Amino acid sequence: MSNIPENLRYSKDHEWIAIDGDVATIGITDYAQHSLGDVVYVDLPRVGDKFDTHESFGSVESVKAVSEIFTPLGGEVTEVNDGLNDAPESVNGDPYTAGWMIKMKMANSGEADALLSAAEYEEYLKASE
Amino acid sequence: MSIKKVTSHPTQNEALIFERSQTGRVGYRLPKLDVEAMNIDDIVPAALRRDDDLADVPEVSEVDVVRHFTRISTWNYSIDLGIYPLGSCTMKYNSRLNEKVARIPGFAGLHPLAPQEESQGALEMIYRLQEALAEITGLPGVSLQPAAGAQGEMTGVMLIRAFLDERDGEASKDRRVMLIPDSAHGTNPASAAMAGFTVKTIRSTADGITDMDHLRELCSEGGIAGVMFTNPNTVGIFERNIKEICDTVHGAGGLVYMDGANMNALVGVARPGDMGVDVIHLNLHKTFSTPHGGGGPGCGPCCCTAELAKYLPVPRIEKKASGEFFLNSDYPNSIGRVKAFYGNFGMMVRALSYIYTHGNDGLKEATEAAVLNARYLGHKLEGTIAKPFPSDGMHEAIFSHKNQAKNGVVTLDIAKRLIDYGFHPMTIYFPLVVEGAMLIEPTESVGRADLDAFVEAMIDIDREAKEDPDLVKNAPHSTRIGRLDEAAAARKPVLRWGPDMEAAGTSA
Repeated sequence: MSNIPENLRYSKDHEWIAIDGDVATIGITDYAQHSLGDVVYVDLPRVGDKFDTHESFGSVESVKAVSEIFTPLGGEVTEVNDGLNDAPESVNGDPYTAGWMIKMKMANSGEADALLSAAEYEEYLKASE
Repeated sequence: MSIKKVTSHPTQNEALIFERSQTGRVGYRLPKLDVEAMNIDDIVPAALRRDDDLADVPEVSEVDVVRHFTRISTWNYSIDLGIYPLGSCTMKYNSRLNEKVARIPGFAGLHPLAPQEESQGALEMIYRLQEALAEITGLPGVSLQPAAGAQGEMTGVMLIRAFLDERDGEASKDRRVMLIPDSAHGTNPASAAMAGFTVKTIRSTADGITDMDHLRELCSEGGIAGVMFTNPNTVGIFERNIKEICDTVHGAGGLVYMDGANMNALVGVARPGDMGVDVIHLNLHKTFSTPHGGGGPGCGPCCCTAELAKYLPVPRIEKKASGEFFLNSDYPNSIGRVKAFYGNFGMMVRALSYIYTHGNDGLKEATEAAVLNARYLGHKLEGTIAKPFPSDGMHEAIFSHKNQAKNGVVTLDIAKRLIDYGFHPMTIYFPLVVEGAMLIEPTESVGRADLDAFVEAMIDIDREAKEDPDLVKNAPHSTRIGRLDEAAAARKPVLRWGPDMEAAGTSA
């Protein structure tokens, strides 16, 4: 079974979101990295780029396919994980810490309430099996 | 007695030509100088010359070179060696007759700038192929210029764009949505984006076909430029609602583009033009048996309705009432040229040779055999390898690794193990809508015995996955080099040899 940390929020697109004030840190879940297989390249936006909710903000290329990644929340990118340029494998080995992708300043922090809890995400995974 | 595999012998593995270099060894012998010797500095200034004495260029003899490349050439797997079941690639046999016809001196030696009156045979050949493809697709406008499928696709969506811009004028800018199914080839959204469209994805149903409700919903949102779909689609299933798909999109003011990648299931049996399609591209290097793969030239003709024909690339090859063939560039609405000269001429000769040698009946028979072969394979493997969709496919069979994955054996492992059985693997992990997809297209070029051998190999691999999963997970075992680390190759690619590199693979 996938690793689904309790303290994080989740989207149905298999992203995890860590909320700290009005800043959201976003990455992809253990389930997502496992489905993708070995990640070989991560294409991320630039600091200052603005996105609406559910917009494509980049892509993850694995040995199997290139998959788009979507913003679970709207806002402005304040930081990107440049470390993934040299070590895209962090997304596989450590999706919840070293594999983080972007930090966003949320346009509307109320949006976070609509995200899934760990228990809800686990249910969602079971239902889509 | 145990047999030790000898890895140092050149028939077992091979050092790179650079690594075979021996200082001072040459493959030539120059005659004595019979003219006055000159100082090189007087002819080519030192600043324009390489100053490293050609360091790192291999120093080898002629026999070294011949043996090296001949040995390596025997390691290839090719369509001439056996079944090559890459789904959606239609790796059918390329007949020797096509090659012979393409080498007729009048075709092979013709200069592309030769005057039209001296090139009548070549122009007639192109014209006849256009006519044949128009008849096969039911779409009268044909350009053979595009060099490959993706370029044919790009040409097709540019025709749609040109049509909408003329029809709608200024308002065309509000009609920029291209609908593309979630199972589509990746080139479809890329072509659409390059032609200035934005893509909306249509969901597939559990049966593996276009979700009509979702299509209608997307059409009702407005701004529809068109739809790009493949039929049979990329899971090999015929879109039985094709007429309704076309009507719905036309009703929303858009046009219908069909990706012709899977035409091998339709030639001589059903015509896209009759289904309501406005524009299609074909791949002569798939459906019409011109060489495919290996980086050689392809040909991706674009066929369209009479209404769209005025936007086709120029020059167009036409016939005067007098019977003379000529190049016509007098189409002011044309999207312009997409390829130098007239496209990849040699591929056109081969394709016409294929069409003429088969004839009407033969083309239909080839289609029927392609579908029969795929269905035979699909039924033989049913129960062993999981089928993601209940209905029968057309010219290809799709499977998922679900059964084998229970033992930790995934699609990539099955594909690699097939190499040990002497087969080229199938297409894997495409389309994306099927988990652990294996897409198998045997084509009509395979006989029953070869199909049975392939089926047996798959059944054996399934048994191995249960009894000895590591055997499959570490495959291939019979190749000169075992499982390659594809992730490392993509993450840290080594793109050229350097003198400080260790000889790879030869000491292992």
